[in-house]
Amino acid sequence: MTIETAATQGKKDLKTDGSALKGNYREYGLVLALILIMIFFQYTTSGVLFRPVNLTNLVLQNSYIIIMALGMLLVIVAGHIDLSVGSVSGFIGGLAAVMMVRWQIHYIPAAIICLVMGGAIGAAQGYWIAYHKIPSFIVTLAGMLVFRGLALWLLGGQSVGPFPPQFQLLSSGFIPDVFANPGFNITSMLVGILLVALMIYFSVRGRAKREKHGYEGEPFVLFVSKNLIIGGIILFLTYLLSSYKGLPNVLVVMSLLIALFVFVTKRMTVGRRIYAMGGNEKAAKLSGIKTERLTFLTFVNMGVLAALAGLIFAARLNTATPKAGLGFELDVIAAVFIGGASAMGGVGQVMGAVIGAFIMGVMNNGMSIMGVNIDWQQVIKGLVLLAAVIFDVYNKNKA
Amino acid sequence: METILEMRNITKIFPGVKALNNVNLNVRKGEIHALVGENGAGKSTLMKVLSGVYPHGSYEGEIFYNGQEQHFRDISDSEKQGIIIIHQELALVPLLSIAENIFLGNEPAKFGIIDWHVAENRTRELLAKVGLKEDPLTLITNLGVGKQQLVEIAKALSKDVELLILDEPTASLNEKDSDALLALLLEFKAQGISSILISHKLNEVGKVADRITVLRDGATIETLDKQDISEDRIVTSMVGRQLADRFPQREPNIGEVVFEVKDWVVHHHIHSDRVVINGINLNVRRGEVVGIAGLMGAGRTEFAMSVFGKAYGRHISGEVFIKGKPVDVSTINKAIDNGIAYVTEDRKTYGLNLIDHIKHNTTIANLDGVSNSGVLDDMAELKVANEYRRKTNIRSSSIYQKTGNLSGGNQQKVVLSKWLFANPDLLILDEPTRGIDVGAKYEIYTIINQLVSEGKSVLMISSEMPELLGVCDRIYVMNQGRLVGEMPASEASQEKIMRAIIRAEGKAS
Repeated sequence: MTIETAATQGKKDLKTDGSALKGNYREYGLVLALILIMIFFQYTTSGVLFRPVNLTNLVLQNSYIIIMALGMLLVIVAGHIDLSVGSVSGFIGGLAAVMMVRWQIHYIPAAIICLVMGGAIGAAQGYWIAYHKIPSFIVTLAGMLVFRGLALWLLGGQSVGPFPPQFQLLSSGFIPDVFANPGFNITSMLVGILLVALMIYFSVRGRAKREKHGYEGEPFVLFVSKNLIIGGIILFLTYLLSSYKGLPNVLVVMSLLIALFVFVTKRMTVGRRIYAMGGNEKAAKLSGIKTERLTFLTFVNMGVLAALAGLIFAARLNTATPKAGLGFELDVIAAVFIGGASAMGGVGQVMGAVIGAFIMGVMNNGMSIMGVNIDWQQVIKGLVLLAAVIFDVYNKNKA
Repeated sequence: METILEMRNITKIFPGVKALNNVNLNVRKGEIHALVGENGAGKSTLMKVLSGVYPHGSYEGEIFYNGQEQHFRDISDSEKQGIIIIHQELALVPLLSIAENIFLGNEPAKFGIIDWHVAENRTRELLAKVGLKEDPLTLITNLGVGKQQLVEIAKALSKDVELLILDEPTASLNEKDSDALLALLLEFKAQGISSILISHKLNEVGKVADRITVLRDGATIETLDKQDISEDRIVTSMVGRQLADRFPQREPNIGEVVFEVKDWVVHHHIHSDRVVINGINLNVRRGEVVGIAGLMGAGRTEFAMSVFGKAYGRHISGEVFIKGKPVDVSTINKAIDNGIAYVTEDRKTYGLNLIDHIKHNTTIANLDGVSNSGVLDDMAELKVANEYRRKTNIRSSSIYQKTGNLSGGNQQKVVLSKWLFANPDLLILDEPTRGIDVGAKYEIYTIINQLVSEGKSVLMISSEMPELLGVCDRIYVMNQGRLVGEMPASEASQEKIMRAIIRAEGKAS
């Protein structure tokens, strides 16, 4: 009798675990949408989109949006919003220019000061939101105006540049090829291959661990094909990038940050607590979660990432302008919502936000190459955002 | 005498619960009819059926009003007939004026343009009728509770009321305001307005009511005439029932004192001059289930939440001892670390993340138990979630079912799982079986029994007296922020508890 129940229970647990996959379908759908959009533009731009030089540009153009989207995802999951990130990144870019160009401070300490400053700005805004319950919409709207104004003041309304060449490498540099092979960056290709090998190693190990504990993972065919497809895409893109100049430095920074944030949100207690807080703040608080401190830290994190994005953007333009970062907050927020986050908080994935940012980026890039006017580009982007969110809400109501 | 209202064989069923079972109520023209019964006896449900909150068709039975059968679809339907209900929680908008509140949704207007002149003049007349000397432009937030109650009544009068229903109107009033309100009811009676008065305060019921109808467990017990009204008679009628086999048996195995509170005083979280909890001393022993009985608003939840990391109240003073040692419970984390868990009475607002699944809800109060230096151990978490799902018998498709899609009983089991996994010494259960069906209740009682047999202690707040008598080893009675009685369950009875409360109410009012 007891054996029987144990056996049926075991089966139940197995079944149980299988349905965990459901949550991932949305991410697969998003990847599929990105691939379809890329194929569409590859066709309409007569093959320009996938040219190595354009692909490199695509990464460089979107890196700062993606980096900010990582922080924005946490802010939105926590149930808040940050409208100030564009202004903050512009202000920090200006600060970097003033320190490096006017005051001739070495670029490393200057960059560190900039990141600390970003954290301090996030703390200043997060303090009012977390401990005084001032709506984040209002606090960061104020921040948006304040830091736009401060950027103007700091730069005296002028553009300041150029930056030291080593600092420019942050955005315009590529990882050096130790083989010094002209025309194809072998090191970059090897990094790509290593990455795929690591990915496959970890997913096989994870699957083995689950099976050892008696839990059934996803079906074997799905498991293999998923790894093959993702590995194939990474190898293909690495190959294309390597045949131009190699992997951009900023892509390496970005990838490490994405990996870090995926880990924090999926595997760390602090990530879990942010989701719990966004889902039901009162219940989270009564479960012993320090909701105020967590909210505060979420905004500090956002500030640091906005500062990093500001540095990357300034390095890319090789000059700091008072208008830098104008409207970035909208692209960042749109990326997070296209990626499936809920405006009510508690829902959203890092990879979703990253893919959402790429969808926006590919559309910008593709439409520009096609020669679509900037006015229609805005209209189309707006409609895509609306459609993505309507799709989400519709699916949620159906379920 | 002529009958104004007759409700015949009203039956109202919620999923899993029969809230009203063939209830009959007969109100005569121009009388004050009191409706009494325990919490959960069905008084409010019956009034919601009458006023159309539960529309015609969602219940069985007939309502005759002024001799005609009525099919109310919503509140405005019943209001048109002159039936006005004033709820226990006042429905006034604090930042609008008296006049704006009185005519809210009923503004004297032409083509959508409000004639404030008319509104203010009529407000003045209405305020005079209820004896409230205030300017119509005064904001509600600047009035005390007693005066707000009068504004509600003035609002009812603005709608040509024939039958006025008052749900616990004096619950939050002091003696003077209560008397004024009761006098007003008598005045309305002289004008021919009928009233239904829901009240726990039997002394004031005795003062003004012409007849009393007693409800118990969703059924009409009896209707008494004025000359038959006595406290004893009402109490027996309210609680007179046998405890059936609704509670699992348990052999008590009670040890030393595990949890003790001394001189606990709590002030209201907004009005910090108001004392909500006034000098509570209580203790719970190892393996013991201790109940706190009391009426709604007695301060039981406020007490529990103030002990649990000051989650409620201000200017909290007093001491908490765990196993004889004074402990700091000034934050929720400290309370949890010291072995206290609080299972809320409102699981949807304070207990669960409804958009997330069972697994994440189960571990959230003790993430350290499934992680190493901040990194979650997926396998450990899976194991815990499945183990507690089995232990508390949660019926769901899997641990990945959203808690928002579970039934009330299963949601309650998820909340219990969460706190069981936090491994406390003392579990405070606040209305653990509210709104769940009889079968799930039995399962919750079984879990409680299992807990204490493992050596844990339980402090249980409940408004259902049979439940306290059936589950607890010892019962405290709380009223208006004080403990007014303590008795072993073996000596306790519903009559004794009710008497303790009524005696205290009598002293207080």
